[in-house]
Amino acid sequence: MGEIEGRGQRMIALCMLGCVLFNFPILALFNVRGTYFGVPVLYAYIFIAWALLIALMAWVAERRG
Amino acid sequence: MLQGWVIVVTSFAYLGLLFAIAYYADKRADAGRSIIASPYVYSLSLAVYATAWTFYGSVGRAASDGVGFLPIYIGPTLMIALWWIVMRKILRISKQNRITSLADFIASRYGKSALLGGVVTVIAVIGILPYISLQLKAVSNSFTIVLQYPSIIMPAKVTALPILQDTALWVALILAAFTIAFGTRHLDAAEHHEGMVAAIAFESLVKLLAFLALGVFVTFGIYNGFGDLFERAAADPKLSAMMTPLEGVAGGYASWVWLTILSMMAIMFLPRQFQVTVIENVNEKHLNKAIWLFPLYMLAINIFVLPIAFGGLLHFPEGNVDADTFVLTLPMFEKQELLALLVFIGGLSAATGMVIVETIALSTMVCNDLVMPVLLRLRRLRLNERSDLTRLLLGIRRGAIVGILLLGYLYFRLAGEAYALVSIGLISFAAVAQFAPAVLGGIFWKGGTRRGALAGLSGGFAVWLYTLLLPALARSGWLPISFMEQGPFGIELLKPLALFGLAGLDQITHAMIWSMLANIGAYVTVSLSGAQSADEHRQASLFVDVFRQAGEGGGARFWRGTASVPDLYNLLARFQGTAAAESAFADYARARGLRWPGDTLIADAEFVHYVEVQLAGAIGAASARIMVASAVKEEALTLEEVRKILDEASQVVMYSHQLKQKSSELEAATAELRAANERLKELDRLKDDFLSTVTHELRTPLTSIRAFSEILNQDPDVDLAQRRKFLGIITKETERLTRIINQVLDLAKIEAGRAEWSEAPVDMRETISDTVTAMSQLFQENNIRVDARLPERVTPVKADVDRIILVMLNLLSNAVKFCKQGDGRIEITLTEDDRALRVDVRDNGPGIAPGDEQKIFDKFVQAGDTLTNKPQGSGLGLYISRHIVEHHGGRLWVQSRPGEGACFSFTLPLARPMESA
Repeated sequence: MGEIEGRGQRMIALCMLGCVLFNFPILALFNVRGTYFGVPVLYAYIFIAWALLIALMAWVAERRG
Repeated sequence: MLQGWVIVVTSFAYLGLLFAIAYYADKRADAGRSIIASPYVYSLSLAVYATAWTFYGSVGRAASDGVGFLPIYIGPTLMIALWWIVMRKILRISKQNRITSLADFIASRYGKSALLGGVVTVIAVIGILPYISLQLKAVSNSFTIVLQYPSIIMPAKVTALPILQDTALWVALILAAFTIAFGTRHLDAAEHHEGMVAAIAFESLVKLLAFLALGVFVTFGIYNGFGDLFERAAADPKLSAMMTPLEGVAGGYASWVWLTILSMMAIMFLPRQFQVTVIENVNEKHLNKAIWLFPLYMLAINIFVLPIAFGGLLHFPEGNVDADTFVLTLPMFEKQELLALLVFIGGLSAATGMVIVETIALSTMVCNDLVMPVLLRLRRLRLNERSDLTRLLLGIRRGAIVGILLLGYLYFRLAGEAYALVSIGLISFAAVAQFAPAVLGGIFWKGGTRRGALAGLSGGFAVWLYTLLLPALARSGWLPISFMEQGPFGIELLKPLALFGLAGLDQITHAMIWSMLANIGAYVTVSLSGAQSADEHRQASLFVDVFRQAGEGGGARFWRGTASVPDLYNLLARFQGTAAAESAFADYARARGLRWPGDTLIADAEFVHYVEVQLAGAIGAASARIMVASAVKEEALTLEEVRKILDEASQVVMYSHQLKQKSSELEAATAELRAANERLKELDRLKDDFLSTVTHELRTPLTSIRAFSEILNQDPDVDLAQRRKFLGIITKETERLTRIINQVLDLAKIEAGRAEWSEAPVDMRETISDTVTAMSQLFQENNIRVDARLPERVTPVKADVDRIILVMLNLLSNAVKFCKQGDGRIEITLTEDDRALRVDVRDNGPGIAPGDEQKIFDKFVQAGDTLTNKPQGSGLGLYISRHIVEHHGGRLWVQSRPGEGACFSFTLPLARPMESA
């Protein structure tokens, strides 16, 4: 059961991380003009952070033991 | 190639393909080789979340406020991270209670309340209507637009058309027929629709591929990649503001946050999401993969939304093309007929997928939680006595599907024109969000009551109606617009878009704040202020503690009543058909090592519960409860009885605690007993040893006494000298006998602690001299020289003088026995230090073998080889001496090296206060 609880706690932590990443004020830091690799900063930030979050969720969900 | 017939034929061919997939999947499932038992299919089926709203509407939303469409997908991603905790629990509860829909879940949680199930169903149906109308609008619009190819003309206002010429109506009817064929071909006991899930998963693939194909075409075909596209957009003064969109949008961050929260609820509580995530789930473990695959799907389908939106805005700068149609109009504008067709099919996939699952889920709810409970209560219909109800059930569901789609169409005619796709969908999101407090509260908080859930749901729903649905109707001209602008009856505070003066927020945020306040407030307040019934209390425990229960029989022990097996069989057969009932009974019997038919089954509480759960799979928990209650003579479980059951349970727990304590006490006692027993055995053995040794010791002198006495008695001719010698021996042996007996008596006294000690100040010098004098005869006989080294004066010690003399006697006679033959030498030394007097008696005999130093102080142990060289004496002397010395607080020990004699020493402490000499 320890493993199941541990996974649950990691997932909660990830959810909280997501809530911070996709919220004021972090979001406001990227709500500026300019581009990363030709993509507007805000758009690039949201998609990169989102992909990162999904990767972490995959890691937590699929990790054994 | 985009003629009308091509499009119609392609559409129907596509629907046919879906049907074929579903049919194949159903066949495979019947054969026991399911194709949907895979986490990938499960994840794809979850993507039914992406509807025409996503497919067409996201681009429309993005074209007006940039990233504003994203919270709808980021919210679910955040929620899914919590699925490991929340959804796993809901899945487990649903499997154990055979939940068939969201309404069933809520009704079941709050004491299988039929009323609550009905309320949830009504909210779900009314709340989802805008969403269904959105799909109809999207399909009919896309169809109308693609028909106009190569010109790009927006469809006319539908309200201007006569009903029969309205494509949307035909779309609704065709979808209804298709859904009926899909979802209600037969009645599945577990409400599994394997075929439907397979088709939905396939549709998810199609819409993703279509959207990605278009995105790649726009980004890399029309423009030279992301950089080029965004550069041109930034150069356009109208579009450049959208690069930092969060400042411009109405409500800004507040709206962003509320949309995120709203979609977090939607991903859980949209009836179709509940259907695919919970009801159609075949294996809890599939959740592990879905937790990241489904968010990945949402990420993928959104990557190209912004490029397509900007592409559309750059292509149609005049604003005469609705942004909701960019997905279709861009490839048409670029003369990409095949791509346009693919996109159309993708949009059709998105819309049909949603409509099929949503209406199947809603029709199950309408049938199980709205219509059946009412019909079953109407005694006039005598439904209880009808033999086969499966056709009735299917009929109700089919009717519900048609009804729901027609209502959706009605909403589309009434209100669908005034809003963009996304805004229509958000109204539905806000409606299903009302389920969140009742469900989440229900699975984590045992205190939530039926009345609380009813109050919360009704309150939240009423606010939703007032702040979202009525304004939508007013905006379309069905209600006086003054209702919105001045408030009802001119009451400003009740303006539906600025309730109680809360202005400055966008419509959805405003509605969410008030409805959630009403909902959660009423749920918690009413729950806390009232008590739960016995049924509610039991269900609350079953739901909240689902992970603590063992297996499916969890609910059985709370039931009391009597039933007959044939009654139960008939009941099940009526709703599920004979075949299903037969196999259910056979399963039950097999699990208990019996055969059905054949062995007698006992209609006990567990069995009745089993039948109820089976029935719940067909008609929902609330209806199943009514039916089972009608079939069995159920004795209502009063609160008092539940309390009694709980009391008994806690008593059992207490008893078991006491038992545990008792048994550990017993264990300890047993251990003590065992030790005592060991000790007793040892003592017994010692006693035996002692007796045999003592008798042996006594027999030796007795034997010689007897032998000489007999000689003297039988032979009168023995001369005088001889006679004297014999008598001397007899006397000596008798003395020895007396000594041994005295010693044994002494020993017994000492050991029993009954010896009398008469203590008086003793001068050790005197004692030693007296003893030596007394024994001088013995020394001379053995030719032993005794050398006593005594100081001039020693402190007197308090002691029993006779016994100290006994110790000296013992030590000296020992020394005599072991002294060197012919040249014996004994040295006695008396010394004094601060604490004690010390006496050493040293001989010059053979010494004591190493290892024997301790043994010789034991009872009946003698130094030397007892077989060949038997020394005289009882073997008790040293033992008794040691006891005496130790009684005086001193110590007796021996130091010896083989060949160099032995030195016995003892001490007598001065510690005890003396009357000074």
